[in-house]
Amino acid sequence: MSASLAEHAPRTFSDTETPMVELRGVSRRFAKKLDLAAKLARKLGADVKEEVVHAVDKVDLRVRKGEVVGLVGESGCGKSTLGRIVAGILPQSDGEVFWKGQEVGTLTGEAARQSKLQRQMIFQDPYASLNPRMRVADIVGEAPLVHGLTRRSEFDTYVDDQMRRAGLDPAFKRRYPHQFSGGQRQRIGIARALAVQPEFIVCDEAVAALDVSIQAQILNLFMRLRRELDLTYLFISHDLSVVEHLSDRVVIMYLGRVVEEAPTETIFRRANHPYTRSLLDSVPRIENRKRAFTVVKGEIPSPLNPPTGCHFHPRCPLAFDRCKAEAPALREVAPGHRSACHLNDAA
Amino acid sequence: MSVALQTPAAPVRDRVETPFRRFISEFAESKLALLGLAVFTVIALVAILAPWIAPQNPYDLAVLDIMDGRLEPGARNGADDMTYWLGTDDQGRDMLSAIMYGLRISLAVGAGSALLAAIVGASLGLLAAYVGGRTDSAIMRVVDLQLSFPAILVALMILAFLGKSVMNVVIAIVVVEWAYYARTVRGTALVERRREYIEAAQCLALPTHRILFRHLLPNCLPPLIVIATMQVARAIALEATLSFLGLGVPITEPSLGLLIANGYEYMLSGKYWISFYPGIALLVTIVSINLMGDHLRDVLNPRLKK
Ligand SMILES: Nc1ncnc2c1ncn2[C@@H]1O[C@H](COP(=O)(O)OP(=O)(O)O)[C@@H](O)[C@H]1O
Ligand code: SF4
Ligand SMILES: [Mg+2]
Repeated sequence: MSASLAEHAPRTFSDTETPMVELRGVSRRFAKKLDLAAKLARKLGADVKEEVVHAVDKVDLRVRKGEVVGLVGESGCGKSTLGRIVAGILPQSDGEVFWKGQEVGTLTGEAARQSKLQRQMIFQDPYASLNPRMRVADIVGEAPLVHGLTRRSEFDTYVDDQMRRAGLDPAFKRRYPHQFSGGQRQRIGIARALAVQPEFIVCDEAVAALDVSIQAQILNLFMRLRRELDLTYLFISHDLSVVEHLSDRVVIMYLGRVVEEAPTETIFRRANHPYTRSLLDSVPRIENRKRAFTVVKGEIPSPLNPPTGCHFHPRCPLAFDRCKAEAPALREVAPGHRSACHLNDAA
Repeated sequence: MSVALQTPAAPVRDRVETPFRRFISEFAESKLALLGLAVFTVIALVAILAPWIAPQNPYDLAVLDIMDGRLEPGARNGADDMTYWLGTDDQGRDMLSAIMYGLRISLAVGAGSALLAAIVGASLGLLAAYVGGRTDSAIMRVVDLQLSFPAILVALMILAFLGKSVMNVVIAIVVVEWAYYARTVRGTALVERRREYIEAAQCLALPTHRILFRHLLPNCLPPLIVIATMQVARAIALEATLSFLGLGVPITEPSLGLLIANGYEYMLSGKYWISFYPGIALLVTIVSINLMGDHLRDVLNPRLKK
């Protein structure tokens, strides 16, 4: 898998150009509605509060044109929520989302539609993400037809092209999703997203549900499409090793916050944040094969009730007094390399 | 292009297995349901073809002979040119013909009102589930209110207010029944709208009505079909009850319920047939629909599958 992906050398990008996508202070909270019993209890004076999950907590993120950004973190840390906000299918509770320098909330009419169409998403579950009652041709071709990217008379050719580009045989376009394997279904999802000619793709754990052998094929497809169509990716994964060979930059999330971001090489060579380092230790690698396979120690804390100060302090091997009391800010430790850890102040 | 094209794992067959074909073969597994379907098909054909196959036009007062009133089943008519196989009513009307025409009214009212109620109820249920928030609460409050009153009471009130006509009976049944569809569809839609294909449709900036009716609705169809089948039977029974109570269809277009009511006073004097045979026709119709509905529920219930 790594051999075929190695041809893709990481690119570097200037910091001055307008990012394709930018998030400023974006948060997303989910309130867990009280059930009837809890409401009654509260009426009677019990101390019951609505539980609130801070799925995403004041996140800043920039993705430049042509860049592949890997977004990594353990399950439940808010990656999918962030991905959905970026793709424009989930509103944020706070903060601003910019598309090519314009705040998405201020766009209306045709501009709003274009900005939405140009940001597409590939989903994790190749079963739930395809409408089981539609034929492949309609799954892929519906949106282009609705948005006038193709016409009835050219529909078949258009769909055939989209399917072929995703590596699917157009002969099977009259079939239903349940007649395909997981990898083929993921290709259908890719064809569907690319059929509206987007510039930016959010891949939310797009290969996590697939067999390892199929994973490599789909990752290669992503990279080929990136070259052919000049795409920009936000590539979400819970597994650092998946993003290693295809990302230019990696962003690490922990319990709703970004804790470190840097060019991919830097993350793998000189990770700064203790959480990133423990993630790296848990990645099975050729170099440290002799070392025991360790996952990050300790339980992931509940996002309903996150630890005070630095969210990572209960599991951090280097934690000290200040970590419990005060949340560290994300600071530049080297050009293009930011990390949120109090140890950087001590040095 | 250099990549090898992917072909589906399933062997290539001439007939592609569609969800519809699978459904048909599963439905055919139950003999009882097939019996229900067969009986209902015959009943529906009789109702549709009544004007051409009935021995008499029961609405044409010119052909009725009051002297033939209340004849037993199997009696010959005065002119001795036809047999009243199921007897006659007090007007000398051939009961067999009256039942055929009555079925026509009963089925039309039942199916029509069930269909209208399904359209209204399913649309509101979909909207409630998809939009959520206040729209959802508002719609579901009305549903709860509606379902907390006895159906017959609401229907009686509406008819007392609007007056007697076939159209008003349909309106009354729709008002009584839409809430069942709304509640059922909302329940399924709440689950379906969380699935990723709905998010994908939103991401593709498809218009809301398209997401509701092209994506969400087809995936909520199974319970909707089950409810609709049962509600057709319920609507027929409700119409019969209303007509029996004299608030349903007008006397010029007698449905099964009205026929039963007409013969009711003669039941105790031994002239059972005037009420009895329309009653049997009503019973067989409702049972045949429910036989189909019961099995449909088994076939279409995802929880019972696999
Ligand atoms: N629609 C939702 N309603 C309530 N809570 C949610 C919802 N979506 C996500 N969450 C919560 O937000 C947190 C982050 O979820 P998610 O973004 O899916 O994480 P990840 O993709 O990193 O596994 C989790 O605690 C999850 O339970
Ligand atoms: S701030 Fe403290 S607890 Fe958090 S990562 Fe740094 S050392 Fe560990
Ligand atoms: Mg996720």
